[in-house]
Amino acid sequence: MLKAQASDTGITHGGRLWLYVATGLVLAYLVLPALLIVPMSFSGSRYLEFPPRSWSLQWYQAYFGSPEWQDATIVSLEAAALTTLVSVPLGLSACYALRLTTSWVGRAVGVALSLPMIVPVIFIGIGLFFVYARLGINNTLLGIVLGHTLLALPFVVITVEAGLKSFDMNQEMAARSLGASRARAFFDVVLPQIKLVIISAALFAFITSLDEVVVALFVSGGENATLPRLMFSALRDEIDPTIAAISSLLTVISVGVLIVVQVMQARRG
Amino acid sequence: MTAVNTLELSRDTRRERVRLLLPSGPGFAVVLLLLILPVGWLFLLSLVDGAGHLSLVNYERLLQPLYIRTFISTLEISAIVTGACVLLGFPVAYLLSQLPPWLGSLGMIFVLIPFWTSVLVRTYAWLVLLQRRGLVNNLLLQIGLITEPLQLVYNMTGTIIGMTHVLLPFLILPLYSSMRAINGDYMRAAANCGAGPTKAFWGIFMPLCTPGLTSGVILVFVLCMGFYVTPSLLGGGKVSMWSMQIESNIALYSNWGAASALGVLLLVVTLLLLWGVRRLLGADRVYGDA
Amino acid sequence: MTTTITMTPASISETAVTRPKLLIRNLHKHYGSYRALDDVSLDVRDGEFLALLGPSGSGKTTLLMTLAGFTRPDSGSILMDGQELVRTPPHRRNIGMVFQNYALFPHMTVGQNVAYPLKLRKMARPEISRLVAAALHMVQLGHVEERRIDALSGGQRQRVALARAMVFEPGMLLMDEPLSALDKKLREHMQIELRALHRRLGVTTIYVTHDQREALTMADRIAVINHGKVAQLDTPRMLYERPRSKFVADFIGESSFLPVDVSDGGASLYGVPLHLAEPVRAGHGPHFLVLRPEKVDLAAGPAAGLNVIEGALLDVVYQGDSVILQVRLPDGSTLAVRQPARQDLLAATPEPGQALRLALHPEDTVIVGDAA
Repeated sequence: MLKAQASDTGITHGGRLWLYVATGLVLAYLVLPALLIVPMSFSGSRYLEFPPRSWSLQWYQAYFGSPEWQDATIVSLEAAALTTLVSVPLGLSACYALRLTTSWVGRAVGVALSLPMIVPVIFIGIGLFFVYARLGINNTLLGIVLGHTLLALPFVVITVEAGLKSFDMNQEMAARSLGASRARAFFDVVLPQIKLVIISAALFAFITSLDEVVVALFVSGGENATLPRLMFSALRDEIDPTIAAISSLLTVISVGVLIVVQVMQARRG
Repeated sequence: MTAVNTLELSRDTRRERVRLLLPSGPGFAVVLLLLILPVGWLFLLSLVDGAGHLSLVNYERLLQPLYIRTFISTLEISAIVTGACVLLGFPVAYLLSQLPPWLGSLGMIFVLIPFWTSVLVRTYAWLVLLQRRGLVNNLLLQIGLITEPLQLVYNMTGTIIGMTHVLLPFLILPLYSSMRAINGDYMRAAANCGAGPTKAFWGIFMPLCTPGLTSGVILVFVLCMGFYVTPSLLGGGKVSMWSMQIESNIALYSNWGAASALGVLLLVVTLLLLWGVRRLLGADRVYGDA
Repeated sequence: MTTTITMTPASISETAVTRPKLLIRNLHKHYGSYRALDDVSLDVRDGEFLALLGPSGSGKTTLLMTLAGFTRPDSGSILMDGQELVRTPPHRRNIGMVFQNYALFPHMTVGQNVAYPLKLRKMARPEISRLVAAALHMVQLGHVEERRIDALSGGQRQRVALARAMVFEPGMLLMDEPLSALDKKLREHMQIELRALHRRLGVTTIYVTHDQREALTMADRIAVINHGKVAQLDTPRMLYERPRSKFVADFIGESSFLPVDVSDGGASLYGVPLHLAEPVRAGHGPHFLVLRPEKVDLAAGPAAGLNVIEGALLDVVYQGDSVILQVRLPDGSTLAVRQPARQDLLAATPEPGQALRLALHPEDTVIVGDAA
């Protein structure tokens, strides 16, 4: 089997053995760390170890039992939900407008909408902190949601843009020829057909907000500290195994969302 | 003979243009008010000294050895991490792109899982794994490669391992799709002309995937330069990155002048690098699909 | 019990009432330096089937889109039933349109697609049901109301698109190469069906196509478009028999062109004056004699009063239903002559190399200029 041809240029599987091994190692390097934390979080001892010598739910109990962690979790979930509710309609309408327009202003707006991805997050963070300080909205849910919306917008726009690219805009024209205004055509014809795309964008926005660290470091705190913010401070001090439990839960959510998005993409064909 | 209605029609066109752009207003407002304005404000702040007069003192201060060391350290780490990403990522992207699509997608799931996982979670995972009593050291001790646990974390080594891990998907993903897009006919034609696998690879395949590689490299490098979370957690204070300098200037010293100057400089370098790549490759190669 | 859509059936004949349904005046549209519509004016009669025919890039689709309202002209007027439409948005023009790829809504059933324009007009549910059933019955698809779009064949989708465009009784129907996605046999079948449907309903229809055969088959009149201008607007027969420019003569049907000299209303070929049925309207530039393969005959005898062209036979090409004689003319050019493959003509086919005398009836002798 090692002598069998592997490619059109005649290289054999044997000749490629090193490539197979290297790829396997790199993929393991990529995937194992976050996944290993999950079993480690059930460690019964004082330290995290793999494989755990004894199993226990102590770290999960520490997490669910701590008012501090629970408050932060609620703040994060609220922020993520609100960010999604705001960024998806904003991003969707912006994306649709840019699809329809032919003017150069559209291109400028498109560039503006991609800026949060280009400008270094740390700079965005201190910028928001600075502006919020003047508005008095530092350490508020509003501030967090606005900041996260800013960061999520480019992702929403990119996701919707990719979805709209494969959409046949002739249908929109047909709807208008039949008597629908631009808005009606959008709601009756376009929107129902890009449902999956919108759900993907919403999940993207949700996860972006839930996992967001840098901006949260600057603009969330005190009563309104997000989960990542609290985790970061805790990690600065010591490697609290409770964080392993939280990390496991977050990883499960992330992987779950990834699976949902992949399945939806596959369904769209 | 109908009167010529050019004026009314062009007015209609203009009005329609505004109506169509209106839905993008709120999104644009968010970016304008929360990004463009603050950045502009900080830019102005960086040009003002302690007394409020226009001056370049903040930028002059960046020429001090402390800051220069930080710049160099940031560039060094970024270069090393980017190099590591290319070394590790290129073979993976190559192999996965040459496999049948379903197998390639399966492999890419291994790349997507860390991509979707929080940076904090992954950094934490490395903290745990690279400890003195962590999994990696234990494994190495068991195998007998070392006799004493290595200091793998709270230093540059840990930082590089962690950052490479976080940024590797950012190289593999665009590289994979650009490699997938390379028409198999080219390699077959090369074989037809008599090129062996090595010759065909270096002569035909490499040049064709260079655009995807270049944009991946620049993306990773730019992200490295602005990275905060991983170096500050894994560096143990011994690693000094640009972003950490910005943060400490605010958090510890409330020195907005220095922080904003550092930030502006970081932004300028980022934009220059991205714009440079765009010019080299043509805009749609960097942002669009391969 | 089925109901038919009430429409005034128009009698399309020479004695029809020819009041203009649509008055298109001086439409201009440019993209940069490219003139998509260059001062286009034409009248469309009530109830007629008008084809817009031209090569790709000629402006015919731009013209259709301008009528529909999706393209805004730089200047000009579109009057339908006396109402100015050029500044009206497409959804208020009450014009039905069938797109090239049908543009049916895949997330709705056939019935929902056809009902959509009626829902937009806020009609009552029973009324909508009635009209949808009637429209589908009209295109012989009464049984597919509940089906999803992807369960239909190409021909069926085309008919649903037609039903949807007609159900709200629009003032006019626009069709953008609706048959181009179908295979040849189905296309020819649909051409006849559409024509029959049009006769029954009498809706003013404007039909864009690049296929001259399709236009000749279906249309009452054809507007030949080239470079954003109307080259000629005429009935199919007049376009074929009396083209007014080399472009039209070349675009419609097959023909060979021989350069002629014109003067004082007459024309001469190789110095010999031609017998013409009507005087030549001379324009600028070179002029040509249009020779359609089937109009030329082998001269039997003296051929008095006919236009005679001398030549030698190059080749005989058998085509099943006809025979093409490739004839070499004195100036070196080649002419194609078509003869029906009837046994008496086949028996009399000359040999290659043989000298021939070709005869052309003055009525079939058409002179055209090169200008547009």
